[in-house]
Amino acid sequence: MLTYVTKRLGSLCLSLIVASLVIFACIEIVPGDPASFMLGINAQPDTIQALRVELGLDQSLAQRYLGWVGGLLDGDMGTSYTYRTPVSDIVSDRLQVSLPLALYALTLTVVVAFPIGILAAARRGLVTDITVMGATQLGVAIPNFWFAILMVILFAINLRWFSAGGFPGWDAGIFLAMKALTLPAIALALPQASILARVMRSSLLDTLSEDYMRTARAKGLTRRQVLWRHALRNAMIPVLTIIGLQFSFLLAGAIIIENVFFLPGLGRLVFQAITQRDLIVVESVVMLLVFAVILLNFFVDIAYAWVDPRLRVRS
Amino acid sequence: MTENGFLHSALRSRNMVIGLGLTAVFVIGTLLSLIWTPHDVTALEIGNKLQTPSAAHWFGTDHFGRDTFSMIMVGAQTSIAVAFIAVGIGMGLGVPLGLTAAARHGGWLDEVIMRGNDLVFAFPSLLIAIMITAIFGPSAVNAIIAIGIFNIPVFARLSRAAALPLWQRDFILSARVAGKGQPRISAEHILPNITNLLIVQGTIQFSLGILAEAGLSYVGLGAQPPIPSWGRMLAESQTLIYTSPHLALFPGFAILLTVLGLNLAGDGLRDLLDPKIRRAR
Repeated sequence: MLTYVTKRLGSLCLSLIVASLVIFACIEIVPGDPASFMLGINAQPDTIQALRVELGLDQSLAQRYLGWVGGLLDGDMGTSYTYRTPVSDIVSDRLQVSLPLALYALTLTVVVAFPIGILAAARRGLVTDITVMGATQLGVAIPNFWFAILMVILFAINLRWFSAGGFPGWDAGIFLAMKALTLPAIALALPQASILARVMRSSLLDTLSEDYMRTARAKGLTRRQVLWRHALRNAMIPVLTIIGLQFSFLLAGAIIIENVFFLPGLGRLVFQAITQRDLIVVESVVMLLVFAVILLNFFVDIAYAWVDPRLRVRS
Repeated sequence: MTENGFLHSALRSRNMVIGLGLTAVFVIGTLLSLIWTPHDVTALEIGNKLQTPSAAHWFGTDHFGRDTFSMIMVGAQTSIAVAFIAVGIGMGLGVPLGLTAAARHGGWLDEVIMRGNDLVFAFPSLLIAIMITAIFGPSAVNAIIAIGIFNIPVFARLSRAAALPLWQRDFILSARVAGKGQPRISAEHILPNITNLLIVQGTIQFSLGILAEAGLSYVGLGAQPPIPSWGRMLAESQTLIYTSPHLALFPGFAILLTVLGLNLAGDGLRDLLDPKIRRAR
């Protein structure tokens, strides 16, 4: 196990280094240089020069890259050009929306997908199963931002149960804040829950067709007992992998959904930073998101190997 | 065959029929839009703006008085073009990479290709799109590149995984004995044997591409005006949902039905082309 973790840790670090190089290089190849790109064509030469110094463009490439990465490791993401505040402050502000939103959506995903997937597998081929499969097929095909708009039309405009967008902040109380995140979380969760329910169902069916399941049945266990005691545990392995991956999809998918509901999260931050050409924010937030995804995949790999010892040997 | 099994295969073929039907409507509508639409999508008739569906305008008109039905027909061109080219990029680069990795299984080239794949996989496609548009500006071409890049590791992994067991087979051994090199064996013997899988995955990636394009153009990172696109139609409709909610309905249904059709057709194709999966499910 230890060698496996060490090996994975090595490739984690390598991935992070390459990812940071790629992102850094992308920002470096903007037309002109970052300073004149950020200021636009009407900028005064001395303003550009001042920004060049501020960004450290007078230093060598290697110095700048190391400075950026060193800063990131230190929790210093530089100073936003448009907001004139440290990027790390803005990011931690925005995370207070994006992270609860992603967790909320993930909870909904799991709470909906598990029972539905298990039910469909238990009632394989029956009306319940066919209904679930049809519904999840729709859930996968529906664009979630459109679903979000439909929910706004129904629940915000017609029924007036929710507001159409915006976030009151956590100071307004947990209830109001969670209420503002409810429609976005449902929109984010819908496709993921559909995918997860399908994975749950097919994983359970795969497990149920194994020989040891027949043995368990032959020993006199009922279908229900076999399903809950033996099949579910073994079927969880692929399901857990998918959940790990879905969290990163939720973080990234939030970029669009936050825009539908005008939520002040990371997604909207990246988006606004692009329109304002604030490359410092873009660079660091993209790196942060990629870091989160790579780290999550790492933990999924480790958890996977922990549950299934065969994997440690194979890789 | 048990009753359940029979019900299943009957249902599956019905799915396939629905899927192919929806896909056919989508393709025919798109082709038709190249030569004919009920109304000119570039004609602005402010006097006719925001009409509800009628005999003259089946899906109503938008805030510029453009015919929604015609715009959906033309918007399909953008969806098809973006998704199709993006799948092309993914297959064109991913399959050779995957086949090379399989041919050099266990070697350093295999390792480099697969680690590179993992890395691209770690970038959510939306983030790639955002980076690209941050640098080069929003356009349909950049959306294609962004979605296409994300498709590369998908096809590389798939073709590597499918090719690996084939390399152990006797007919490959005889090809090696005949003196054929690895690239030639990959192209002549491995590739034809994994085409089915590639077609099925291609269908799935195509439908994902349509969803991704819609999402990107919804946030303004995809096709730019005046090119009609489903995602942007939805973005424009959102500003008018208080007065004209019907505008938000039709482009969304277009996306939903197209993606649904492609997914159902893909599932059906997989079952038809790969009997192993049919047995396993």
